[in-house]
Amino acid sequence: MVENMAARLQDVVVQRRGKTILGPVDHDMAPNGCTIVIGPNGAGKTTLLKTLHGVERLSRGQVDWGVPEHVARQQQAYVFQSPIMLRRSVRQNLIFPLSLAGMGKAEANDRVTHWATKIGLAKMLDQPAPRLSGGEKQKLALARALIRDPAVLFLDEPCANLDGRSIREIESLLVDVQRSGTRIIMTTHDLGQARRLASDVLFLLRGQINDHGPAQTFFAAPSSPEAVAFLNGDIVE
Amino acid sequence: MTDIWSGLQAAFWLLVTFDRDLVEITLRSLQVSLSALVIASVIALPLGTWLAIRRFRFRRAVIAVLNALMGLPPVVVGLIVYLLLSRSGPFGVLGLLFTPTAMIIAQVIIITPLIASITHQAMRELWAEYHDLLISLNTSNWQRIKTLIFDGRRALLTASLAGFGRAIGEVGAIMIVGGNIDHATRVLTTAIALETGKGDFALALGLGFVLIGLALVVNFGIHVLSRTEREGRW
Repeated sequence: MVENMAARLQDVVVQRRGKTILGPVDHDMAPNGCTIVIGPNGAGKTTLLKTLHGVERLSRGQVDWGVPEHVARQQQAYVFQSPIMLRRSVRQNLIFPLSLAGMGKAEANDRVTHWATKIGLAKMLDQPAPRLSGGEKQKLALARALIRDPAVLFLDEPCANLDGRSIREIESLLVDVQRSGTRIIMTTHDLGQARRLASDVLFLLRGQINDHGPAQTFFAAPSSPEAVAFLNGDIVE
Repeated sequence: MTDIWSGLQAAFWLLVTFDRDLVEITLRSLQVSLSALVIASVIALPLGTWLAIRRFRFRRAVIAVLNALMGLPPVVVGLIVYLLLSRSGPFGVLGLLFTPTAMIIAQVIIITPLIASITHQAMRELWAEYHDLLISLNTSNWQRIKTLIFDGRRALLTASLAGFGRAIGEVGAIMIVGGNIDHATRVLTTAIALETGKGDFALALGLGFVLIGLALVVNFGIHVLSRTEREGRW
């Protein structure tokens, strides 16, 4: 795993059909910790995540991880808001990223057993993944993302539509992986979750970074009036 | 009605007596159609999947042409293959005309667009489902194609079976390029055409029932072997 992957966004703009979805954004992301991206719907949170991950086509600017793009991508993993399950068993879903990386069968099986146990799906390894519950699918998607030991983990509202127990399990897993050195960049609508997990916060509004800072500072005294309003639960557009 | 009853009796009699000619032309039908199916599937399955995942200029035009080719008239295909393989044609030196190989070539041309088009439709939906995941995992085009083909194998089986259905029942092209030569290129469909021409409707119907039975057995056999229904719930 490449340690301390810091991203620098320089004049990043994403446009679709002439409409600016994101940017211009100039920002240096911290090399470690858990960055929580918050903001109203349509603010560009998912686009920012995809831009950082390198899967969004930029209209302008660049994202620099300090290493060649293909090396950066290999060190990253992405968990989507709606978990995408391969039409295979839980075991095969977990093995998939490892087989893409060319890992040997024995080591891959060891990792699968380890992660399946960790997310509580050890007894369901041979079940079809698409038939799992919403919470189980999201945990499986998270384990599948983490099984390659990524340096950076992107999560796009991973706990949306999940019950309290599933949210607690996923947050506990995220705290563990962050402690083990994985950089987390995550979007959420849940301000409580943002307070629990964030080491720093980006507040996006209309495709731009409206406010940002260390979590404690941001939540105690946000510097922009829009961020204040958002944290107060007002409607910000 | 009498003809149909006579046909059923003829089919039954041909089957229970293991009629040598029937066995021979049935095996040749299977050989030609299954060979064509395997070759066409090797071409069409990756092609249809590739068309589902790649964006390129004229892609829509290529897909439209592929769909149009599904309705390719077999007689015209037979005529073109005949001209290509005839002594005066560019491939005449190979001496393939009026051989099972020529029949396989014609059938491959007929069923490849059909299998590729159905594959494209099925893979387009699966690609929409898997797109973000496979992109985020930094997969190569070949890894994407392999993943889609593996996970969409049941839909692809249907595509291949549609191709087999068209191949086993095809008569126009293989009559032209095969010549319906006894003990050489005669298959069930050309035999049926011949018997009908001779006015032996009972035997023609009998062969027809054998052909239908054969198509059903192959379809059922492939479904059982691939456990389509058992794992279809995935």
